Amino acid sequence: MDARPRLQFHNLTLGYERHPAVHHLDGSIADGALVAVVGPNGAGKSTLFKGIVGVLKPLAGRIERSGVDPRDIAYLPQIAEIDRSFPISVYDMVAMGLWRAKGLFGGIGDRERNTVETALAAVGLTGFEGRAIGTLSGGQMQRMLFARLLLQDARVIVLDEPFNAIDAKTCSDLLMLVQRWHSEQRTVLAALHDIDFVRANFPETLLLAREPVAWGRTSEVLTAENLLKARRMCEAFDDQAEACVVAA
Amino acid sequence: MTILYAILIAPFADFEFMRRALAGTFALAFGSAPIGVFLMLRRMSLIGDAMAHAILPGAAIGFLLSGLSVFAMAGGGLIAGFIVAVGAGVIARTTELKEDASLAAFFLVSLALGVTIVSVGGTNIDLLHFLFGTVLALDNQTLLLIVSITTMSLFALALIWRPLVLESVDPNFLRSVSRAGGPAHIAFMTLVVMNLVGGFHALGTLLAVGNMMLPAVVARFWARDITMMIVIAVATAAVSGYAGLLVSYYSAIPSGPAVILVAGVLYAMSVVFGPVGGVIWHAFPGKHLEA
Repeated sequence: MDARPRLQFHNLTLGYERHPAVHHLDGSIADGALVAVVGPNGAGKSTLFKGIVGVLKPLAGRIERSGVDPRDIAYLPQIAEIDRSFPISVYDMVAMGLWRAKGLFGGIGDRERNTVETALAAVGLTGFEGRAIGTLSGGQMQRMLFARLLLQDARVIVLDEPFNAIDAKTCSDLLMLVQRWHSEQRTVLAALHDIDFVRANFPETLLLAREPVAWGRTSEVLTAENLLKARRMCEAFDDQAEACVVAA
Repeated sequence: MTILYAILIAPFADFEFMRRALAGTFALAFGSAPIGVFLMLRRMSLIGDAMAHAILPGAAIGFLLSGLSVFAMAGGGLIAGFIVAVGAGVIARTTELKEDASLAAFFLVSLALGVTIVSVGGTNIDLLHFLFGTVLALDNQTLLLIVSITTMSLFALALIWRPLVLESVDPNFLRSVSRAGGPAHIAFMTLVVMNLVGGFHALGTLLAVGNMMLPAVVARFWARDITMMIVIAVATAAVSGYAGLLVSYYSAIPSGPAVILVAGVLYAMSVVFGPVGGVIWHAFPGKHLEA
């Protein structure tokens, strides 16, 4: 890792109601890195991402973003967190990607309309502008959210389970966008479950099980031994847990 | 033509109290109906009901202190509404009780307290006014209050439109790009209370929320897009106001309930005929399409 760090985690603990979901994470992500975050359910992947984009405040420790405002980090939330019954069109949803440029009142003019059209074309959703988001399939929904990411035009992009429950064609189309971002020297993090997919496409991996199990080159991280360890470390949320000794 | 005029327009042309009532219900339509649409889309339909009852003790205390003064009652109502909104929120966050449960507790106590205060300090007629409003007796001050609330409400809604929509669809994304979500939510709850206070004078504490939620629910059956939904909701509320006043003019039905009953009829028709998920479209969807 020769490039200068883009994100640095210092003894970072994130969680809910004092219960840590990410525990004492140290390390850094280089500028332009393409990192897979792998771990069992409940390992803290989503929590880590919410911390990175500033949605969740750390319980302890800190995240250094080398001068980037957390609001300028593009974020793909899990689809399950989106209310798909809300009556909003694909066009409006994608245009929300211009938020940082346009804010509460900025007008959407011809130039912005063009960028929205271009983004929709890039994800293969031309012609879907007027459709309500509730009428989209899972794959189309994910394509739409990627179009919104394109509009955010961010140096750091955080993707929470971007390839879950979508078909092979959508998956490869969206992966091409991720690779394009990587070639443009953007820093990309993605939470993923498919180990073979990670081995094939992501040079660097963080294996997380609340605490970091291993972090580095994917081939060295994703060993059978480490994966087993990750599964064992991911204990359940404990109501009777005592205060953390390290933190005391 | 003259018959139509005599039936549909003359009551308003001939009587000032009918004109005032019409102006009041129209103003309420523009203020309350959009708020109702957002309440519905945020799955807070019953919150409006709870808040409407919650303003009662405040209005009642205003009434005790300075009689039927519009501003004392409106001020008291606003204060009581905020106390309940904030109190329920605080209790939900600091205890195990969920927000809807703590709101239920608050508004039941508020309703009982309000009825008690009015009964002790006033007559049964006063109590009826508090519960069902006096849309046929809107004086200048009350009209001014309702119109001011509507105006403020429309401007405020324009101001918080984007964060309010995005917070409803994709709250985590909003929090990742902006800090406007929290303030927008507070502003929105303020608008809910303000519009209920406005509606309270015309329709009373029990029916004020009817002009907010029924048009919103009607709109859900006719539109797939939020902008269109709000347009339909406002139109529904205005039509209910107009038709309800006419019905009450020609019958013995009190005007407040008549307005809400007309909205209820429109709701029933929407459930049956509405193209977005109505009963008939479910039962006879027609032949399926090519693609």
